[in-house]
Amino acid sequence: MSEGWDVVIVGAGIVGAACAAECSSHGLRTAIVEASGVGSGATAAGMGHIVVMDDSPAQMALTHYSQDLWYGLSPSLTPSVEYDRCGTLWVAADDEEMDEVQRKHHVYAQAGVPTEILDSRSLAEAEPHLRQPLAGALLVSSDAVLYPPCAAGYLLQQAQHFGAHLHAPRKVVTAAAGKVVLDNGTELHAPHIVIASGADAVQLLPELPIRKRKGHLIITDRYPGMVRHQLVELGYLKSAHSVTTDSVAFNVQPRRTGQILIGSSRQFDSEDPAVHHGILSSMIERARWYLPSIPSLSAIRVWTGFRAATPDKLPLIGPWPGDETLFLATGHEGLGITTSLATGRLVADHLLGRKPEIPFEPYLPVRFSRSLAHA
Amino acid sequence: MPDSGRSKSAVAPAVVLSVNGVSVSVIPGSTVAAAVCIAGAPTRTSVTGQPRAPLCGMGICLECRVTIDGTPHRRSCQILCAPGMDVRTA
Amino acid sequence: MNTHFQVVVIGAGPAGIAAATAAARAGHTVALLDDNPAPGGQIWRHGGHLPATAQARLAALRASSAVPFYGWRVIDHPAPQVIRAEHDAGCTDLDYDRLIIATGARERFLPFPGWTLPNVCGAGGLDALVRAGLPIAGKRVVVAGTGPLLFAVAGHLAAAGAKILAICEQAPLARLAGFAGGLLTSPSRLLQGAGFGFTARGARFHTSCWPVAAQGTTRLESVILRKGSREWTVPCDYLACGFHLVPNAELAELLGCRLDDGFVATDDLQQTSIEDIYCAGEPTSIGGVDLALIEGEIAGLAAAGNLPQARSLIARRNSMHGFVHALDRACALDPQLRQLARQETIVCRCEDVECGVLRAHDSWRSAKLHTRCGMGPCQGRVCGAAAEFLFGWTATSVRPPLFPALVSSLTAAIPQDPKENV
Repeated sequence: MSEGWDVVIVGAGIVGAACAAECSSHGLRTAIVEASGVGSGATAAGMGHIVVMDDSPAQMALTHYSQDLWYGLSPSLTPSVEYDRCGTLWVAADDEEMDEVQRKHHVYAQAGVPTEILDSRSLAEAEPHLRQPLAGALLVSSDAVLYPPCAAGYLLQQAQHFGAHLHAPRKVVTAAAGKVVLDNGTELHAPHIVIASGADAVQLLPELPIRKRKGHLIITDRYPGMVRHQLVELGYLKSAHSVTTDSVAFNVQPRRTGQILIGSSRQFDSEDPAVHHGILSSMIERARWYLPSIPSLSAIRVWTGFRAATPDKLPLIGPWPGDETLFLATGHEGLGITTSLATGRLVADHLLGRKPEIPFEPYLPVRFSRSLAHA
Repeated sequence: MPDSGRSKSAVAPAVVLSVNGVSVSVIPGSTVAAAVCIAGAPTRTSVTGQPRAPLCGMGICLECRVTIDGTPHRRSCQILCAPGMDVRTA
Repeated sequence: MNTHFQVVVIGAGPAGIAAATAAARAGHTVALLDDNPAPGGQIWRHGGHLPATAQARLAALRASSAVPFYGWRVIDHPAPQVIRAEHDAGCTDLDYDRLIIATGARERFLPFPGWTLPNVCGAGGLDALVRAGLPIAGKRVVVAGTGPLLFAVAGHLAAAGAKILAICEQAPLARLAGFAGGLLTSPSRLLQGAGFGFTARGARFHTSCWPVAAQGTTRLESVILRKGSREWTVPCDYLACGFHLVPNAELAELLGCRLDDGFVATDDLQQTSIEDIYCAGEPTSIGGVDLALIEGEIAGLAAAGNLPQARSLIARRNSMHGFVHALDRACALDPQLRQLARQETIVCRCEDVECGVLRAHDSWRSAKLHTRCGMGPCQGRVCGAAAEFLFGWTATSVRPPLFPALVSSLTAAIPQDPKENV
């Protein structure tokens, strides 16, 4: 069977769904192919945070832009998406980290993101269950959390409302030169193919510079009011940005339900979805240092997931050199939920010939093509 | 050991604990779930506000979760009553 | 405290008791774990009348060298040959040469309007609660669902002073008569089921009958029963309702044992697909006490290396498989039971997810992710079995912890002596 579309999107995780919603709502006839279920891959495994991060100006720009888009969309989101603008507290354990808080405050201000510096006492008031004393924290009140599978579901429904067609569950066998072939033989033809299948994108394009980065999460039973903001240690950036070693960093998030998500961990070179008890243990010990009540909480479930990581911690959003019909929207590492809406916008901007609202050059896949040519 | 339908044994004294601030007396060997039922309280309130009580009696359904001596989410159908326990239901 | 045992048995119901006793008699060091405060599992639950066989088996267990760990709940297997159990004083890792999984079965609950009201319990569920101290004397009880368990429960509750108003078996009379015929060849099973034709002080026994609604405001006040086209209301205090049993196969699944149709696959000597891991009793097939006892014995002997004696029991065990099939057929659920749940009837009790919301999905995983059905503390043990029957979904994917556990129990630094502080 053969179908003609304006754009075919591979992957209905939150990034693919966001791309589909953007493309479809702007009049592009959109097909989207999903191998398993909507929002069932890395989207389902992640915490669901919407967080502005300043590892680089490009990361700041993308996360800030997308955070604003989420805020603008929030009144339309259904209750099951559980969007909650609870804010993030970047927690400083000592004076050195407080210097970092000052620095971040300045950087975020320059980028137009208002933040507030909390001293030790105001931090204790804001989060009474945190270890005391801590040095203080940076409060980013515009950050939010949500429930990712339902967010992806919402975006996909928006896309379908504008006529997008979902092929699921269907695996993509090949995607090249304007043709996407599915495992049931169906051929989808389009001048534009967007690869939004996360770490699985390497199955279609083996030369993609994407590696799986395994993470662990724990979810607890309900403890309403115990944690009010997303809590992250300043060392999180060091953990997220180590390219070679396994690491853990304190990152805890309240759900609207009162359940608490406990993370985070990062491991390279593991494709095994089984829980790694050593890493889990380290993650818990780290979290316990910041939240002493953590060991006594009731844990309902532990799971793992795989982030799609690139060598420079920025996603791949843009045309794939070597095939003018292919467009990438992948490699989001731990910022897929956050930057999904911005990714959708940038993809649609390119396909529709619109001027993007932020510079798009830092995310172009072509930045790796020289190293790929030598591979 | 509980043997409902018979009169209380003269040998084993009743266990007295408190459920939601009210004193409850049970046969030794009774579980906290039984004490809560005797007190006439549901063990928990569901996420949409419905009263709930134990369903499975064997630690599977988790409807019997109560707070015992300050610790929440304890499976009361598998915990024996102890003298002076402070039990609170959601 | 010693934490290494040659044989660790998980579950102290009939199968586990038989396995632990047999392995201990064969000279092996044995640990026997159960998450209840006392051994007996469900059918021999502490706190009520126990048949002579049960008393004898429990006495033999006590006299054996098997080390009991009651109130210990297995939550994880953090390393090869290691299981981790949570208990009052914290958490302990036990390591084993051979493991015997005797984790039994749980009731299948089917949703119908009002099934979440307080005092609507499982059949075994109400029995367990009564044995654990719930006063039932003088209370009006309707027993419903399917299986010989209903009679055992009705008998015990009646002995405890309950007024059994009705026993409602969903299977048709013709099918039960065939099953009862089969029962007559096995006296002990007949006793276990307290026999058909049982009437507890005027209780009415109905076949092809089931509850269609439980009514009440803050607790159960009455049940609407249906038989064919007839419906009638029975005012009552408790509804003890369970639709047969499903295997507690989660530990086996976590360990990587092969399952067939939800049951743990075992060979002639009760060994699973994983070497050194055995399984006995209800997780291999729902077959009642006699089968559980002999499977437990075979597993215990095999795990302790006494293969000839283990093999000598195989023929007797195999002779009981007819009962398993007969029980299966007798307890087959009427398809009309799928229609009991209305759109607004809750299916997932932990997260209050309604039937209508679930119907929109085409798989357990999709339903879980998008509605959170099965993501609550029961980890899908109640709603999963219901969803399998209602929608035909296979509800799997086991992850640690096997039951909600303290976060501290998930860390690697577990003291081997539970008296140590973490």
